[in-house]
Amino acid sequence: MHKLLTDSPGKKMLLLGNEAIARGAIEAGVAFATTYPGTPSSEISLNLFQISHESDLYFEYSTNEKVALEVASAAANSGVRTFCMMKHVGLNVAADPLMTLAYVGVKAGMVVLTADDPFMFSSQNEQDNRYYGKLSGLPVLEPSSVEEARRMMAEAFDLSEQLGEPVIFRTTTRVNHSSAFVELGKLSARKPKGDFIKDPFNLVTVPAVSRRLHVRLLENWEKARKLAEGSPYNFTEGSGPWGIVCNGVSYNYVSDAVGELGIADNTQVLRLGFSHPAPPEKIKSFLKGCEKVLVAEEGEPVMEETIKAFAQEEGLVIPIAGKGEELFSRLNEFDPAMVRRVIADYFGVAYTDSRPPDLSDVPEIPQRPPNLCAGCSHRATYYAVKKAAEGFETVYPTDIGCYTLGFLPPLAMGDFLICMGSSISTACGFSQATDKKVIAFIGDSTFFHSGLTGLVNAVHNNHDFTLVILDNGTTAMTGHQPHPGVDMDNLNLSGYGRVSIEAVVRAIGVKDVTVIQPYKVKKSIEAVKKAMDHKGLSVIISQQICTLYARSLKQLKVRAFKVTDKCKNHRDCINEIGCPAFYLDGERVQIDPNTCVGCAVCAQICPENAITPVKEKQAE
Amino acid sequence: MDTTRLIIVAVGGQGNLLASKVLGEAALLANVPVRMSEIHGMAQRGGVVESAIVFGDAQSTIISDGEADVLVGFEPSETLRALNKCNANTSVITNLAPLPPFTVAIGRGTYPDLDHAQDLIRAKTKRLIAFDAVALARQAGSVMAVNIVLLGALIQTGILPIPRENLEEAIRTKTKAAFVDVNLAAFDLGYKAAAGS
Repeated sequence: MHKLLTDSPGKKMLLLGNEAIARGAIEAGVAFATTYPGTPSSEISLNLFQISHESDLYFEYSTNEKVALEVASAAANSGVRTFCMMKHVGLNVAADPLMTLAYVGVKAGMVVLTADDPFMFSSQNEQDNRYYGKLSGLPVLEPSSVEEARRMMAEAFDLSEQLGEPVIFRTTTRVNHSSAFVELGKLSARKPKGDFIKDPFNLVTVPAVSRRLHVRLLENWEKARKLAEGSPYNFTEGSGPWGIVCNGVSYNYVSDAVGELGIADNTQVLRLGFSHPAPPEKIKSFLKGCEKVLVAEEGEPVMEETIKAFAQEEGLVIPIAGKGEELFSRLNEFDPAMVRRVIADYFGVAYTDSRPPDLSDVPEIPQRPPNLCAGCSHRATYYAVKKAAEGFETVYPTDIGCYTLGFLPPLAMGDFLICMGSSISTACGFSQATDKKVIAFIGDSTFFHSGLTGLVNAVHNNHDFTLVILDNGTTAMTGHQPHPGVDMDNLNLSGYGRVSIEAVVRAIGVKDVTVIQPYKVKKSIEAVKKAMDHKGLSVIISQQICTLYARSLKQLKVRAFKVTDKCKNHRDCINEIGCPAFYLDGERVQIDPNTCVGCAVCAQICPENAITPVKEKQAE
Repeated sequence: MDTTRLIIVAVGGQGNLLASKVLGEAALLANVPVRMSEIHGMAQRGGVVESAIVFGDAQSTIISDGEADVLVGFEPSETLRALNKCNANTSVITNLAPLPPFTVAIGRGTYPDLDHAQDLIRAKTKRLIAFDAVALARQAGSVMAVNIVLLGALIQTGILPIPRENLEEAIRTKTKAAFVDVNLAAFDLGYKAAAGS
């Protein structure tokens, strides 16, 4: 049985934040869940995916976040408790349905989780999705800890049903990827089937209908504001003339700092967990009890601006600060010492820090950037394209996935990236606006997520570039989730359709389509050259299963290679493909047999043919 | 309860996350509050993996520069790189078997001299326990057990409020059944290595 289905209320478990969130949803009786995977949210859906195999929970990996939210909105409008989760930038993709679903509302609880990523540990930006609460008019709940994340899920579903609209559940990486003890709550029964009642004059958003629905949304917003006033997730701790307002993980840093600075007797803390719409009376009465207020929130000054507006309404002239020089930054994530320092400086408290030692005499330590794995098929494809494009001036629009790492030296294949699917559409623009050879890269899962419309555009507008689809048979970066092109037999799962990338590309109208096996270096280079010669749009589909995925499926046949005495130290192997299985033993290049998986790409590019298999074959 | 802050640094694939999990489960058995954080995703593709583990009553799940009570490094250059997390009262435990980053192989940087690195760590912190954890893991039966060897050394120092028995119980229940014996042997070798240093 899945550990998150353990039916022992009161039992303590060590859970990852994302596991606690999944458990909270199960405890709330969620019956329908959709997602597109994205760090830091991915383990929530992974756990629900696993749970769906042994229960009546319906779960799907949707093709993208917009689809996920739309699928979910139908379930929630059929009276089924529904959970839709994604990373922060995923909500941009799903913003279109979100904004109008806020008008239409739901018939059963629906929670939309956005996992924000301050400091961009695994993201292209650090946007603050609390603004989606303001933008859509929907309520926002923000847990501070792993345990609270579990509890708050049930609250989120109840709140959604009370208001008849979706609730935004906003986490940050340090909630998703922290672990702590969680006390399990009671499991609820799931109701996997509901009913859809026709009501077109409330559910079909033509202008005349939406005008009324917008009025209702604003009424709901007022209702939510009243609920936020009484919410146990908006609470005050301590008393004294100094006020600190905080949310999410900043509450943890503030709590620790107040204790460590010994200012508990002078300080009151207001923690907003039901943060949008902000409760005016609660905040105003807090402000009235303070002489000076500090707002501690990661990201943008969302609470700070709201609180200042409330102070103005009350004619309060106390100092209120949050973001600014010498105060909190809008950049990156907070940490305990930084929050403590700002609090101490702002309220004039003397303190001594534990300082790191003077490190000026420590020699520079070589960097250890993330790298494509040993035997990664993307490396082979990039090498083939790089060789085929020698002599051309190129632009390489790239996309989001493991293969983004190909932009690093020595491959250096990747020139432009803004969001999922942008490789293809920006290739349209670059090929039109410049005279350079444009070759775009996109992964298989990303292609289904948001590459299709760009490709249709390229065919229709007759753009001239080569698209390379890196098909490794899985969504690798986020932990090997399936996508519409995946062979579900590999996962021992039946009842799924499979979409062929090649058939789709041909059906869209691309005339020049070539499938390559990237480990065959010479053939791949020739195929790419031919595709580049083609005037107009050409597509290369590079098929090779992800090495890590193959290993997890026990399909990887490892045959390690070694460098023989024939090596004349040209070092093409390390200087051109940068496989992490290589290391230097003095001045000699060697291959670590425990890292090498035997893709044989290096053996094919060695000018001396000095790289050969280590004799015996090992099956894994 | 007093707060004890532990940083573990490792290279992706060295079993840092399992080590954290075993420590967390041992803390649960010892009834010691614990909060930890780790970074997933792109950072794991052969990069540095850092776990922060906070024992005791603090709410925070991360550890600021200069605030680690203990630093455990699974790879010597990564231990050196993480010195910013330490202060003059920090105890440091490090494996001495290097895993040079790929950047060294392509001539972008020089791997630090190990003796010099140890001198630097000793000079800037309270105590250094350094040994070849890969050799001990091999002796225990698997080079994969480096993480558990280092947990043995960590528990021996007594800095964490976790008794040896709880840690061994966590190894028995939370590591793969086929590796329990190897892991217990690895733990014991690490424990003895720290006791003798």
